[in-house]
Amino acid sequence: MANHAHTVLDILVNNHPGVMAHVTGLFSRRAFNVEAILCLPVADTSTSRIWLLVNEDGRLDQMMRQMRKLQDVYEVTASAEHTKVFADLASVMSSESNQSMAG
Amino acid sequence: MREMTGAECTVRLLERQGITIISGIPGGANLPLYDALSRSKQIKHILARHEQGAGFIAQGMARTTGKPAVCLATSGPGATNIVTAIADAKLDSVPLVCITGQVPTPLIGTDAFQEVDTYGMSIPITKHNFLVRSAQELLTVIPEAFRLAASGRPGPVLVDIPRDVQLEHIAVDDLPAPAVADAPPVVSDTDIATAAEMINRAARPVLWVGGGVVAAQADAICKNLAETASMPVTMTLMGLSVIPRDHELNIGMLGMHAERYTNMAMEGCDLIVAAGVRFDDRATGKVNEFCPNAKVIHIDIDHCELDKLRSVSLGILGDIHDVFSKLLPKIETKPRKEWIGYISALKSAFPPHSPSESGFESPQKFIRLVGELSDNSTIVTTDVGKHQMWTAQSYPFTGGRQWLTSGGLGTMGFGLPVAIGAALAAPDKKVICFSGDGSILMNMQELATAVEHNVDVTVVLFNNQCLGLVHQQQELFFEGNCFSSEYPIALDYVAILRGFGWHVCDLAENCSEEIVKQALATEGPCLIHMPVSREEKVLPMVPPGAANRVMIGGDTNG
Ligand SMILES: Cc1ncc(C[n+]2csc(CCOP(=O)(O)OP(=O)(O)O)c2C)c(N)n1
Repeated sequence: MANHAHTVLDILVNNHPGVMAHVTGLFSRRAFNVEAILCLPVADTSTSRIWLLVNEDGRLDQMMRQMRKLQDVYEVTASAEHTKVFADLASVMSSESNQSMAG
Repeated sequence: MREMTGAECTVRLLERQGITIISGIPGGANLPLYDALSRSKQIKHILARHEQGAGFIAQGMARTTGKPAVCLATSGPGATNIVTAIADAKLDSVPLVCITGQVPTPLIGTDAFQEVDTYGMSIPITKHNFLVRSAQELLTVIPEAFRLAASGRPGPVLVDIPRDVQLEHIAVDDLPAPAVADAPPVVSDTDIATAAEMINRAARPVLWVGGGVVAAQADAICKNLAETASMPVTMTLMGLSVIPRDHELNIGMLGMHAERYTNMAMEGCDLIVAAGVRFDDRATGKVNEFCPNAKVIHIDIDHCELDKLRSVSLGILGDIHDVFSKLLPKIETKPRKEWIGYISALKSAFPPHSPSESGFESPQKFIRLVGELSDNSTIVTTDVGKHQMWTAQSYPFTGGRQWLTSGGLGTMGFGLPVAIGAALAAPDKKVICFSGDGSILMNMQELATAVEHNVDVTVVLFNNQCLGLVHQQQELFFEGNCFSSEYPIALDYVAILRGFGWHVCDLAENCSEEIVKQALATEGPCLIHMPVSREEKVLPMVPPGAANRVMIGGDTNG
């Protein structure tokens, strides 16, 4: 993970079953790994925001276009700044797992 | 306020959408839908013999009319069987609405009898898909399915309806209005002006057209544009019927099975106006060696296609008919004598393989003969293999939605059911299906459907007792190791088709123009059986993965 430049795709989607499969399918068919996923409903809960931590890659532009074409996707943007959130989460997760192993 | 079941609601919504023919096969999970369908006065049901057949029959209707067509399958094996026809529609941008039955909602996810994850399975092969969770949802989902199938770049939409949702009673105040396709994106005037200037300035422009031009019904205006600018026109497999075969600006199909002079002309051009094409590898060859010196204007309704495989000088997002109409008045009339002369010189130096005369000496000449003996309104379908490429190279197309072939997926078994669908959608036209002995076996059960509805379909069967195109590739690229591509036993197709109730004409016995004429004049399902030597090849050819200038064969007229 450390060797690559990362970015975060910020995707606003409908909040209903199957949407995640549509989005991640675009990655799996290209054998393109998603490093981390974060998904939370937006205030009114009819939509959700998905954050995908991915490697910077020449294919991303095309994939973002394909994503915008999905009926359940409203917006896609890429933002390298959000990667920090994942780094923070990583430290939370690792301290959690250290604790549970200790317990 | 009316009470109705989910199934009745679905049928009403299909009727309001203007649907008059549906193909499909019933089973446990869609029986409520079939029961409701039986009471429709507007919709006729075509009982296919295999769900793949049902899917392709619907495709035949959709490809002929340009409007979404509907097919039905039950859950489990019904859904898995219809998947190939849906994937085929996705790759060729054909508007379909496929409605599958699903096990009752409480059983979903329990490995119930005839349960498969149709929703999950269809994600990558549809434009969009729905799993309906209540009868109320049908009121939005069904119109939405039609809107999506028809809007922008058309494609297949799947609606999976659990059995209990089909049986659920709902009270409906007003049925929603039938869906219409979204308006295409507005084309920017600056883009039009830039494109016009690029075309006017180009010394050696080529217009490259594909299935998108057919879908936009832009063939007439496309011809106009080409004539005004004296722009030679090359076509992808999907765009073959855009310009009449014998038009002086038609320089043939490009790519893997192009004429040598066509690929050479492409090498020499300084501007490509690519319309409704997707830079498929069968057309471009090795893509980074495809016309490296040419500027590219790419016109497409799908944003994803622009810059996908080749970065272009100008991408225009829009409906091709709209773009061409705005472009045409800005195009200067130019003879471009030097460029046209250069291409004719190439053509004389590397004469085309496709015959300019008809006859019985080769499959290509025979295809031309069939075309010459047929009406201009004839619809042509093919299966997949050498016969498909021979037809692409030789049939005298005259324009429009006349040419139905499986371009993107290359599905053997496509030809017969698509021909049936085309004949149902255009009962006043003759439909000819060029097929091979490998392909015809793949959806042969639909021979019965054809007879049941007495569709005006003629199958021209090129029988070479092998999987011809595979055989050819083994000969050329695997040192003649023709493994598993020959059929050791000869089937009696004449007897088999007679058994299904088809008229037959066996050219193995007697072969003359008169006999072919008679066969083509036969109304209703008719077979023309044409034995062909295994040695007949499709040439010239670009080896898979090579650049388009590397061609086998085609340097002589032999
Ligand atoms: C469903 C399917 N399976 C396999 C293939 C691979 N394939 C391409 S062409 C071909 C042979 C076609 O044989 P036939 O229909 O007899 O036509 P011919 O080439 O002999 O004219 C095969 C097996 C395919 N295109 N589709």
